[in-house]
Amino acid sequence: MAIDITSVLIPTLCIGGVGLVSAAALAIADKFLSVPEDPRVQKLTECLPGANCGGCGFAGCADYARAIALDGAEINLCAPAGGAGVAAIAAVMGREAGADPERKVALVLCCGDSTEAVRRAHYNGIADCAAAHATAGGDKGCTYGCLGYASCARACPEGGIRMVNGIAVVDRDACITCGHCVSACPRKLIKLVPASAEIHVLCSSKDKGPAVKKVCGTGCIGCRICTKLSGGAIAMDGHLAVVDYTKELKDPELIAKCPGHCIRKV
Amino acid sequence: MEYVILIVSAVLVNNFVLSRFLGICPFLGVSRRIPTAMGMSGAVIFIMTLASAVTWALQRLMLDPLGLGYLQTLAFILTIAALVQLIDIVMKRFVPPLHAALGIFLPLITTNCAVLGAAVINMKEGYGFFKSVLFGFSAALGFAFALLIFTGLRERIELADPPQCFKGVAISLITAGLLSLAFMGFSGLVK
Repeated sequence: MAIDITSVLIPTLCIGGVGLVSAAALAIADKFLSVPEDPRVQKLTECLPGANCGGCGFAGCADYARAIALDGAEINLCAPAGGAGVAAIAAVMGREAGADPERKVALVLCCGDSTEAVRRAHYNGIADCAAAHATAGGDKGCTYGCLGYASCARACPEGGIRMVNGIAVVDRDACITCGHCVSACPRKLIKLVPASAEIHVLCSSKDKGPAVKKVCGTGCIGCRICTKLSGGAIAMDGHLAVVDYTKELKDPELIAKCPGHCIRKV
Repeated sequence: MEYVILIVSAVLVNNFVLSRFLGICPFLGVSRRIPTAMGMSGAVIFIMTLASAVTWALQRLMLDPLGLGYLQTLAFILTIAALVQLIDIVMKRFVPPLHAALGIFLPLITTNCAVLGAAVINMKEGYGFFKSVLFGFSAALGFAFALLIFTGLRERIELADPPQCFKGVAISLITAGLLSLAFMGFSGLVK
């Protein structure tokens, strides 16, 4: 049987040609059009833990590495990498390591547990804080307080949040400052606070005193006693006392003096 | 009128995902969050329109005259993959914002069956150049439409509480099936 050689050659040349032209086009484009990436970005990405937790405020470890190399972002924003990570980044960037980032931990700013806070309804829906919050503002009497359906606990990659007597409590040793719980809470109750701070106002209610008292036994009633005693480290935000963590606050007397019993040592 | 029918047919009646069952991987893969789904949709619309144009030229100007129609699949995969890479490079250089929005999705659709499917259907139906491009665009529009509907549904399902055995992928597949069934209702709208 005679084989027509052209019936093999033409397709081979044809597809080969298409491939060759494509490859050439790509090679030329790569040579003349490609944007050179800073080689430090790759190195920095390797220094970071690669957990993509977003705790630094960027969209992931690679994004943070790019921000350090190209936009001069601070090099000590990564809590999981810790001091060793910062030192490695500093070596790549040729910069001083500077001070270790101050360790922050998540804190649930509510202490109205089920013995203190009133429930105004019986919620029987999906066991999720966002769903409960969306259902007529939640079943808790206080519209600012912790709903206790553990959305933050499920968001925590370390399993460091437990539900204690109907409210969320963060295990400070387990916290890696990733901020997942902060974004999981539909009521924005969780804040990242310096680990060194001991005294906190565990209430987020912005209601006036009488309204708070009606629904919770441990809410901030806006009496301003703590603002006077603390020497500026606690300030009022409307009817709510808020701790300014940039200032020193060590006076244990505050805890006893708070008529709402919401200033506590954590 | 002819063109309107073509668009309606590609978007609704013969929806790529829900009636032709093409492009199922991104349909299930990037349908967790609306922003990601939007990025993917944008990338698919962009690539599918361009790929339709390029493959039309390849088929009509090279494969057909040489009688190599049987090499269609191979040639199309080759050119589409190269095209996507090329666009990736060009986009990164000249339109960085667009690249930031679509960039990570581009490599995902280099060998997407929906893109290849659009090209092959164009040839099978014997569309002209303009019609091919229009078909590619509206098929991608249909893909985006289905993807966004499905993503919206999935975002809600995340909050729901299905029985243990249906959790996760199982309930997603059932949802996709029901959605497909719903789209079957469009059949007969356009012959």
